[in-house]
Amino acid sequence: MLKNRTTLFFGLLTLALLLAFLLNISFGQVAIPLKDVFKSLLGGSTDKATWDYIILNFRLPKAITAGLIGIGLSISGLLMQTLFRNPLAGPYVLGLSSGSSLGVAFVLLGAGIVPAFLSQFLLSSYGIILASCLGSLLVLLLILVVSQRLRDTMTILIVGLMFSSFTSALVTVFTYFSTAEQLQKYTFWSMGSIGNLPWNHIGILAVCIGIGLGISLLTLKPLDALLLGEHYAKSMGLNLKKTRYLIIFSTSILAGSITAFAGPIAFIGLAIPHLAILLFQTSNHKILFFATVMLGAIIMLICDLVSQMPGMDFTLPINAITSIVGAPVVIWLIVQKKSIR
Amino acid sequence: MDLQQPILETTNLHIGYTTKRGVQTIASNLNLSLASGRLISLVGANGIGKSTLLRTLTGIQRPLEGTVLLSNKIVSQYDALALAQNLSLVLTEKLPPSNLTVFELIALGRQPYTNWLGRLSEEDHLKINEAIALTQIGHLVDQKHYEISDGQLQIVLIARALAQDTPLIILDEPTTHLDLFHKVSVFKLLKKLSQETGKCILFSTHDIELAIQLSDEMIVMTKEKVVQDQPCNLISQGVFDTLFNDTSIRFDGTKGTFIIT
Repeated sequence: MLKNRTTLFFGLLTLALLLAFLLNISFGQVAIPLKDVFKSLLGGSTDKATWDYIILNFRLPKAITAGLIGIGLSISGLLMQTLFRNPLAGPYVLGLSSGSSLGVAFVLLGAGIVPAFLSQFLLSSYGIILASCLGSLLVLLLILVVSQRLRDTMTILIVGLMFSSFTSALVTVFTYFSTAEQLQKYTFWSMGSIGNLPWNHIGILAVCIGIGLGISLLTLKPLDALLLGEHYAKSMGLNLKKTRYLIIFSTSILAGSITAFAGPIAFIGLAIPHLAILLFQTSNHKILFFATVMLGAIIMLICDLVSQMPGMDFTLPINAITSIVGAPVVIWLIVQKKSIR
Repeated sequence: MDLQQPILETTNLHIGYTTKRGVQTIASNLNLSLASGRLISLVGANGIGKSTLLRTLTGIQRPLEGTVLLSNKIVSQYDALALAQNLSLVLTEKLPPSNLTVFELIALGRQPYTNWLGRLSEEDHLKINEAIALTQIGHLVDQKHYEISDGQLQIVLIARALAQDTPLIILDEPTTHLDLFHKVSVFKLLKKLSQETGKCILFSTHDIELAIQLSDEMIVMTKEKVVQDQPCNLISQGVFDTLFNDTSIRFDGTKGTFIIT
């Protein structure tokens, strides 16, 4: 009975993912009929040559990026929510994204103060990823240290928010000392964008997310044990330190690399794991992992679709859309006291 | 007394804390021996050091002096996984909120034996079903763990410890917050488990009168000393009169109850 339900939901999610993917490619400033999207993706040619070009060079990379981002952020949210035993944990709320922003701001705005050969590396996409990952790693480690001392879940969130404000204040200091050109570059980055990524950048992003997901697979069994609390988990042979480090490492890579390419994207990491739990009514992390992966990709594709609704000749910042979708979810969670406690 | 192989043995054990201000000894020269197939209760007043003793026996805390041998090996020399295969726990702490079903919760007890993904083998299923049958909670397995009563949850947690398949199970105050009926049923279950499975079961409790009636042996902690013996011997020695540092609480050996005078 329960197994059938799970299988059914996974079937439905697969269909939804396919649909969201195709619709995402089909819609945009130029609407391309689904039929032609199919043709083009299967290697044929469409009715208009421009459509082929648009699909291959704009729509497809964007759809893949959206999917990757949705997957990565959602999984990092899932891992953190069980590790902190806190339903409100997530890469954005706990300030990981702000940490990444700080790293990127340091690179984009502060590259002028380091020697030329170094600034060249820093400004390359590898430099930005590295800075971004280090930024999120730093914040996560700080939060972990603080959360060792504070057992109360709500205080950990408040500390996360404080880190957020602290890092944004540092970014403000950076901006004060930077040129208009640097500032513009940073502002555009911080609005979040998932279009305009060349294929080789998508490759780097995919590798980073692949590594992050691979490591998080190792944490699924320990996460199940942690459902009973740390003491029980330890009594069942769990190596808590190792698990913590694995989770920190993978969430930093996931959140860091995504933020580097797409800017800080809010609420996806927080809301998707809850949707997965709500839908599948389970705490089994093997099921939740795959459910979160699929839902993350679906929701992100839909958010991207909304951000460039047909008929509008502009694209809204993706961050705004995810916040509009995600903020009500958070409010709903808080009202539903049961799941917070 | 029959001579049984002890599962857990302490020699000249001193327990306590090392703080900045120096060493704080809570109890010294403990020579305890826990044998298989026995139900052993640990009693003592609040703050006397029961938790410290349990923490030391389970290897969470280092002894100040002396050794704790679990299955003939010093407890602190076990790695986490091997320890989990020799010692399972039932704790007092509240479970964090989750969607775990009763079956999934018991199945978590198999974690020391499963592969990196936690896949349950045939043997794992066998042990889980055995634990469910022994504790008679077959009708609960599909329920979420937060849907059942506190008394039922306590039994489910005991089943989880059983599924972990260890020669020694240690329970920290398993009957707190339960009514008399459920206290008795938990005690009876522990008694039955120790007899039928041959496991050694050690639990701390404040329900001394019940513990006297059902335990094979008791470990009594008082300020002056820590003694381990059969309940009837402890009564005739008058140990329970010294349990609380209050002359108005007296133990009536013939009735087996505490009397306030």
